[in-house]
Amino acid sequence: MSEVLNPFGSEIFGIWNWLDAIIRVVIMVTVMTVVVMYLIYGERKIVARFQQRLGPTRTGPAGLLQSFADALKLVGKEDLRPKRADRWVFEFAPFATFVPVFITLSILPFAQDWGVRNLPLGLFFMISALGLEIVGVMMAGLGSGNKFALLGAVRAAAQMISYEIPLVLSLLAVVMIAGTLDLNQMALQQDRYPYVILQPLAFLIFFTAMLSELHRAPFDIPVAESEIVGGYFVEYSGIRWSMFMLSEYAAMWGFSIFGAVVFLGGWQFPMGEDWGWGWQLALTMGKSLAFIFVMLWVRATVPRLRIDQLMSFCWKVLLPMSLVQILANGFILVYGGPYWLLTLTSSLGAAVLVAIIMRQAFRRSSTKTLVGAYRTQLQVPAP
Amino acid sequence: MTVWPDQLAPTEAEFDTVDMTINIGPQHPATHGVFRMVLTVDGELVVDCEPYIGYLHRGLEKLTETADYRQAMGWWDRTDYLAGMCCEFAYCDTVERLAGFEVPDRAQYIRVIMAELSRINSHFMFLGAFGADVGSFGTSFIYGWRERERIYDLFEEVAGDRMFPTYIKVGGVTMDLPENFESRCRWLIASIKQGIEDLDGLLTGNEIFVERCRGLSPMSTEEAIGLGITGPVLRATGIPWDLRKAEPYGIYSQLNFDIPTGRNGDVFDRYFVRLSEMYQSVRIIEQCLAEMPKSGLVLNPDLPKTLRITDAEVYVRHEGTKGEYGVFGMAKGGTNAYRMKLRSPSFCNLSALRRMVVGSYVADAVIILGSLDIVLGEVDK
Repeated sequence: MSEVLNPFGSEIFGIWNWLDAIIRVVIMVTVMTVVVMYLIYGERKIVARFQQRLGPTRTGPAGLLQSFADALKLVGKEDLRPKRADRWVFEFAPFATFVPVFITLSILPFAQDWGVRNLPLGLFFMISALGLEIVGVMMAGLGSGNKFALLGAVRAAAQMISYEIPLVLSLLAVVMIAGTLDLNQMALQQDRYPYVILQPLAFLIFFTAMLSELHRAPFDIPVAESEIVGGYFVEYSGIRWSMFMLSEYAAMWGFSIFGAVVFLGGWQFPMGEDWGWGWQLALTMGKSLAFIFVMLWVRATVPRLRIDQLMSFCWKVLLPMSLVQILANGFILVYGGPYWLLTLTSSLGAAVLVAIIMRQAFRRSSTKTLVGAYRTQLQVPAP
Repeated sequence: MTVWPDQLAPTEAEFDTVDMTINIGPQHPATHGVFRMVLTVDGELVVDCEPYIGYLHRGLEKLTETADYRQAMGWWDRTDYLAGMCCEFAYCDTVERLAGFEVPDRAQYIRVIMAELSRINSHFMFLGAFGADVGSFGTSFIYGWRERERIYDLFEEVAGDRMFPTYIKVGGVTMDLPENFESRCRWLIASIKQGIEDLDGLLTGNEIFVERCRGLSPMSTEEAIGLGITGPVLRATGIPWDLRKAEPYGIYSQLNFDIPTGRNGDVFDRYFVRLSEMYQSVRIIEQCLAEMPKSGLVLNPDLPKTLRITDAEVYVRHEGTKGEYGVFGMAKGGTNAYRMKLRSPSFCNLSALRRMVVGSYVADAVIILGSLDIVLGEVDK
């Protein structure tokens, strides 16, 4: 039984087991911090290319040391606290967002048996730990004594609570097929095809809800730059502000690895077990960075939704779709239907979802032709 | 401690709610300058809006009275600083009509080309900043800036200055165009058209953008006229009122162009009218390039060294980039103007802000302010 509960060590309370855990955690946090620094660098570079800029170029070769320079600057900055702030709530808010995010990293499988610990209820743990992040956000918003921060925190609370439901339901659809909550087991099962083939709708819902949970565009309503100038962390500076940023990007990476494991086969697909740990690590990194690239791509091009549009999209579109998906899965699995039936129903659902999103796009043709009409009136040769 | 006798939790009506006042500006990314609006919000809903202006007041009208007609020019292109040439055009037109000077034909065409390039410049700034207001993280902003840089480069080649060229002059323009101007301008037009298409694809082609803007703060023509709104915001309500057609000045009566109008007067129509107007400006520039006299005077040679204007009074209105840019000039002898009054379109359009914003969400208030396309140099004079 202990093998099942704790596959990385034979005993739970032994001193070596604890030492092993501590070493793994230290390695994890160090690697994480460095990766997050390069995620920030990567975001600045990639978004800059989308905007026909160069991004950081001066600090180090191709600007590679930019994040370290930023970190040094942030450490050196004064740790300001507004007079009207609630002292303890204000000062502990960054920790309350930082800790849950880093806890989730302790259960992610980077390669076969590579990770701090492998929990049999890993998926459940991941979701519940990430759900705690909202506590820190609310603390920051309420403790700052700033109205923009308050608005941002209230928006964040409404948004995260709403989007947690489709997120969990979409994962539940996969769990029904996998029959386990153990992330390593889920990865092992995807040796022939990843679960995204069986459940494209669940994948779409998961990705949308993930963007919302991470406050990434187009769901960056709690931190909207042009409205409430940064939202809940508007009053923070220096090291506390950098802890918010660190946890934001760490959550981004953690969520991406998580999504890669559940939907894209994690370290397993393709050929993960056969080609050794190097290939597995490369797969994990490649898939999670692909997730992050898509997030940046969306951020660079898509405007922000309004809070009521966001809510109606969640409750009227994503939630019913994910419930229907679970219902279909249940019928097929209970009556022992073939797996291609899962793919078929889910693909149909995905098509409906995309159609719902695009329904305005079809209606928009009239304005496009209006511009087109002016364009033809110009009657000038192409340059 | 309140005791709830009937039920465990209070209903919404029993909660003691307080409206919150939030201060947007003068240092806020959404205000496009130093403008301040104090919003009273009930949660996310705006219940009142109080605009504060004057942070950029420089006493333009009084300053103009202290300087020679031609010296005062430099202050006028700083009113609508995104389209300096349009303002110079209006000011010079006022002084010319006060004094009764003719402008050479070639200079007329040059003026229109420069004014329309300025208009495109200002509208690019609008499209970019509006995209950023809606939340597209600066991509639209940079797209707009790319074309603006190229327009400013051309201004620099022509006039020696980028933003405030002081190129249009009483009686003509300061100097003739450089030799390769026509080819440079045609290249610029091709680039501008590409830029408009890029922004059109990025913004109009985006589902979320259209969803955010469509149906937001619609306005009827009567209401717009009653509030004194002019320019693209008025045309978005469906009335083709453009002073370039309604009261042609310069050589606009000889040029062939259309006036794009909207249907509902909502934020999307305001955006779209401006987008379509840019194509029309391109059309105007192309016609001017084709019809312009290839050589000739660009400055009226009859102008005296010291300009003295005896009793005269005139109100000149031009279609500025934001609306009716009207200049009332009064001369009572001497080298200085007795009075130079600016009727600035941004200021008048801004007076509709409260009517538009109240009842919308905080996020929409920012977009509505952006859709009015105010420029604070013109509001505060």
